[in-house]
Amino acid sequence: MSLLDVQGLVKHFPIKSGLLNRQTATVRAVDGVSFAIAAGETLGVVGESGCGKSTTARLIMHLIEHDAGNIAFDGKTVGSQHMQLKELRRQMQMVFQDSYASLNPRLTIEESIAFGPQVHGLGRTEARARARDLLARVGLNPAQFIRRYPHELSGGQRQRVNIARALALEPKLVILDESVSALDKSVQAQVLNLLADLKQEFKLTYMFISHDLNVVQYISDRVMVMYLGRIAEIGPVGEIYSNPRHPYTRALLSAMPSVDPDDRTEAPPLTGDPPNPINPPSGCRFRTRCEHAEAVCKQKEPVLNMIGTGHSAACHMMNAGSGHSKIIPIAVAA
Amino acid sequence: MSSTATTPLVEVTNLSVHFRNADATVHAVNGVDFTLNAGEVLGILGESGSGKSVTLKTLMRLLPEKKTTIGGGMRVAGHDVLSLDRAGLIAFRGRVASMIFQEPMLAFDPVFTIGQQIAETVIQHEGVSREVAMARALEMLERVQIPSAKRRLEAYPHEMSGGMRQRAMIALALACKPQLLLADEPTTALDATVQIQILLLLRQLQKEMGMAVIFVTHDVGAAVEVSDRIAVMYAGRFVETGDVRTVIRKPGHPYTQGLLAANVLPGTGIHAGKRGDRIEAIPGAPPNMVTLAPGCAFEPRCKWAEERCGTKVPEPLPSADGGAAHLVRCVRAVA
Repeated sequence: MSLLDVQGLVKHFPIKSGLLNRQTATVRAVDGVSFAIAAGETLGVVGESGCGKSTTARLIMHLIEHDAGNIAFDGKTVGSQHMQLKELRRQMQMVFQDSYASLNPRLTIEESIAFGPQVHGLGRTEARARARDLLARVGLNPAQFIRRYPHELSGGQRQRVNIARALALEPKLVILDESVSALDKSVQAQVLNLLADLKQEFKLTYMFISHDLNVVQYISDRVMVMYLGRIAEIGPVGEIYSNPRHPYTRALLSAMPSVDPDDRTEAPPLTGDPPNPINPPSGCRFRTRCEHAEAVCKQKEPVLNMIGTGHSAACHMMNAGSGHSKIIPIAVAA
Repeated sequence: MSSTATTPLVEVTNLSVHFRNADATVHAVNGVDFTLNAGEVLGILGESGSGKSVTLKTLMRLLPEKKTTIGGGMRVAGHDVLSLDRAGLIAFRGRVASMIFQEPMLAFDPVFTIGQQIAETVIQHEGVSREVAMARALEMLERVQIPSAKRRLEAYPHEMSGGMRQRAMIALALACKPQLLLADEPTTALDATVQIQILLLLRQLQKEMGMAVIFVTHDVGAAVEVSDRIAVMYAGRFVETGDVRTVIRKPGHPYTQGLLAANVLPGTGIHAGKRGDRIEAIPGAPPNMVTLAPGCAFEPRCKWAEERCGTKVPEPLPSADGGAAHLVRCVRAVA
């Protein structure tokens, strides 16, 4: 059974303007997203700005309320009497990109980490002991760091503190939203190693959101590619990177700068910027930048279609009955 | 194009930049030497605080003079940059050397159209009429491949998307055909599919216009896509300089080696990190630039550190197998 099961998630933000402050437009940030995360796996989420990856994370955490859809954690619907919000937050924690903004500047490191467990009923002494223990686990010497304030730490150290704080409630799922993106490469590598160690030690499940395809490939078991509020493709990491099927996934992968001086990129895979999620294109949202776009792509929105073991893509070319002229035959093991 | 083959376009000698504060002095750049020929592309690769952006800003004299102490010398196309007066600077910026930034929104004035701002630069430097200048602005927008360029001349910066603004800034910087373009992380804030478009555009414009480029970035991939030569910067010094192939394939400095290993570069053939393996991370953090140690700045993080590393900053010397053009500041890398 999946640890997290998301069905038909929708979040639209109204844009109000004018004298009467009437709603004039809608940002379709997340527009019908369904996926599941199995216990113990790492799901990587990639996509460009405005694709809805961070909004999805915030909806799962119930930092913002969804408009439609269903989120079930451990088989229990979130918000129902079986899974109250407070209990959910204990099971599920999040680490953000900005390590400084996510720590209270007036609390010491020890107080910040011990705060959550105390709210959830742990005694002050035990909470502090746990904070010290966790600091040691994330590679910061407790004797040296417990009395320090966030501004006295480097970015890498602060992000370690944020990870320790997320783990203080012994959660099952940790959502990492661009958590290593702001760090320098040499420090980023240290934190990625730490995340791998902690996952094993505490039997964690990760949802790892990033725009960095290298990092996502390194850390993920499965990868979900998002475009303008919808899932373009989802599948095992090896399949996504070596056998990408959706035209957008292909473009995203070939847009990675080359690291071989004798094999530089010759032509950009896509032209133009990602469209605005306020008025996404009709039908397939990628059609305005897709070289295979046809009439059917404008008329019908493609559904996520199974194209391999645990591998799905939302493209008319991968759906035999869609009417697209370039149907790609799919070899699915029966 | 290279009529100035005998003297390099850019000569920087023993450049140092220190920022004075009420209670501390930050040693941002500590002795940088390099030359750059006309039409050549140098990529400066470094992490935050390594002094790469400060080096660029010094070349444009953009740093606040009251708080900055600059030592050493820099010549660009015959101009002694550090002794230029106000009028000299106005003539220099945009005409001899031009700069593009990470955030184009801050490089444009929000109350004037893109066309007006490009034309203003052309009028200032070339003294042409408004019509001629507007025609040049249109030509530049077409050159940077902005769709429906004519209409975009009338657009205000906020009406454009991030990628389009970045193209417009490149058009502005190149409007007076400078000999040197300074690019400070111009693709860092862009989405992946837009970033590669801008990198390739810069490469193409550099070839067409024959200008020299100094491209500052923290991204190995971006540096490889555009550079002929690469300089790796750490704690305000070039720790390694060489041809892009040599630096990427046979890095001589332990920091460069660590940076390439930490860069999680799967599936590329070189430094292919296997999924699930631990990344070879450089331990520790970059040094404090207020209290810089007397020896090699990388010594506290280096797995090869020995006693002599802590006493004296290593000189940049030719590497054992990279030839005379491959300079490494490490006592171990020397033949």
